[in-house]
Amino acid sequence: MSNARTTILSRLTSTRPDLPQEQPVQSEQEIPAWDLDQRIEKFSSRLRSVRADVIVAEHEIWPEKLATLARQRGFENLLYAPHGPLGGQIEKAWGDNPSLPRLISHQKEIEAWKEELFFQIDAAITSTRAGIAETGSLVLWPTVDEPRSYSLVPPVHIAVLDAKDLYASFAELIKIEGWRRGLPSNALLISGPSKTADIEQTLAYGVHGPIELIVFLLR
Amino acid sequence: MSDFHRGVDNALKDPQIRKNFRHAMDGLMAKRKVAFADTRALEQLRRLSAGIRSNALYHLPELLQQLEDNCLRNGIQVHWAESIAEANGIVLEIMRRHRAKQLIKGKSMVSEEMGLNAFLEARGIECLEADLGEFIIQLVGEPPSHIIAPAIHKNRQQVARIFKQKFPDIPYTEDIDELTRNARGILRDKFYQAPVGLSGVNFAVAETGTLCLVENEGNGRMCTTIPPVHIAVTGIEKVVARMSEIPPLLEVLVPSATGQPITTYFNMISSPRKPGEKDGPREVHLLLLDNGRSRIYQDPELIATLRCIRCGACMNHCPIYVRIGGHPYTTTIPGPIGSVLEPQKLGLDKLGILPTLSTLCGACGEVCPVRIPLPKLLNRLRYEGVREQPGGTPGSGALRSRRDALVWKLWSSIHSRPAFYRFVSKAATRLRRLTPGRLGPWTRARTAPRPAARSLHELARQQGFDHE
Repeated sequence: MSNARTTILSRLTSTRPDLPQEQPVQSEQEIPAWDLDQRIEKFSSRLRSVRADVIVAEHEIWPEKLATLARQRGFENLLYAPHGPLGGQIEKAWGDNPSLPRLISHQKEIEAWKEELFFQIDAAITSTRAGIAETGSLVLWPTVDEPRSYSLVPPVHIAVLDAKDLYASFAELIKIEGWRRGLPSNALLISGPSKTADIEQTLAYGVHGPIELIVFLLR
Repeated sequence: MSDFHRGVDNALKDPQIRKNFRHAMDGLMAKRKVAFADTRALEQLRRLSAGIRSNALYHLPELLQQLEDNCLRNGIQVHWAESIAEANGIVLEIMRRHRAKQLIKGKSMVSEEMGLNAFLEARGIECLEADLGEFIIQLVGEPPSHIIAPAIHKNRQQVARIFKQKFPDIPYTEDIDELTRNARGILRDKFYQAPVGLSGVNFAVAETGTLCLVENEGNGRMCTTIPPVHIAVTGIEKVVARMSEIPPLLEVLVPSATGQPITTYFNMISSPRKPGEKDGPREVHLLLLDNGRSRIYQDPELIATLRCIRCGACMNHCPIYVRIGGHPYTTTIPGPIGSVLEPQKLGLDKLGILPTLSTLCGACGEVCPVRIPLPKLLNRLRYEGVREQPGGTPGSGALRSRRDALVWKLWSSIHSRPAFYRFVSKAATRLRRLTPGRLGPWTRARTAPRPAARSLHELARQQGFDHE
């Protein structure tokens, strides 16, 4: 195997191609100069165009809105991270109200409760690291508290994004956050509920990932 | 008639194939056009993306080593394979080490290139395609007919019948939403159980050791998140230098492929599950496959082939592809890029006909997001097929026929000797009634051309035009 490595690398090194004709334009891509309102508008309309729900809410009242939505939607349960950035607010809004969906949390590795994760959870809620206005994308760096399967396996994913974390473009985000210095085990851009166009090029939502994506955009 | 011609003939005679492809390709072209409404911005983006890919190729050996270093530091195991046989062996070895009898797969054209499913299944390992299109065609044992939309040759009624036949317990439906939901149900169990997941790689970032995957369905995320082991297979050319080069590539790839501004998921994997983390695979393997790529790399013109980011725009816009679909090409990758890439891998002696599967209309080169000069490369490979002294491409010169070579030699000698030229054109016009009525395959569907009574030169001279 290391044989293959040596052979391939020496073959590549032996004949260096002529310098490419097309040097990359050194100037970086232009970053749109949008103010906060424009970013919110762009982000929301992009996400809505792919059938995500975007709920713009005040910082203080979003947990109430979440509770109302969860009740109206008739979720049996909601997977959340008690020690994550949203845990405290969710618990406070829920109180002891028995009419709200049961809050579910796990501190174990998923293998210990995989069946529940796959077949019993109605919805999961996570925080987000940032958002991208241009493409309507959520940026997630899953953590120990909010593992990557939370935004993948349950049929409904609810994400909470602070509008001040909205970047204009992916390029701006990478630059300002210094992604070149290294990335977590998994980083994600999520731009809507899962979808496919594999049959007759016709869009159908809800394939293997969440069927619905609900975003609380806080300002 | 060769198998190849029979395949083309059958496709042309099948109204369902013609209709399915025409419909799908028209849709894809229209969507791309809308997505790239600002043509100046598009040209800028194409130049930038072509430059990024060219530079990555220029630095390929260093970038591959940097990628390997950073992946190893992140805990990703790196394997190198010179050939398909080696690559399949590496995957098999990993499967056996985990006593795994099942492999769940995200969409990967490199795994198609490897013939991985057939290889593993012959050794008692079940492979399951999880991408909806791949899943559908796997049910009927067909290869993909398009690199982005593998089941595009099937319409909804055909898919409905396949589902009914393979899953008789699920009620028959032709509704695309319901078909999709049924596939979701069937594959959930498989994601839940699978011991090993496999994916391709769209971009591998050298500076961070990150594997990037572009997808809409979530099956790619499932395959790389849920099973305890993840194997990523990719060609050695997929590496790019910097994270900051990813946004422009993503921005040009997705609209070129599907007309969307971005896919639902852009999945960046940099390490297996770390201590304390609750999910993700415990092992991640990166398999770097050469299979002829380092040979293509040696040719200063053909190296442009390796810039490809597999968007499929060239096939969507190809007047040949839209009429025959992907299967008659007989190769893993069809369409213009397939006609350029595959003969270079498998040899012009076997696939030398592919570069002739083009009208050289130029559409493929015009839409290519990384500006691969596809028409030029198609022409170059036509030359490689018939050249006298074999060049670096395998099977080079294999299509040379003595008769053709003689005809062209004669042609060239006529055109380089004015007196001879005048004599021949005079003879052709005066003896035009002797032109044969049957000229091989040309006259199968056409009448034979007959020279005019007077040549253009003669008429011009009669009109008083002077020589020069």
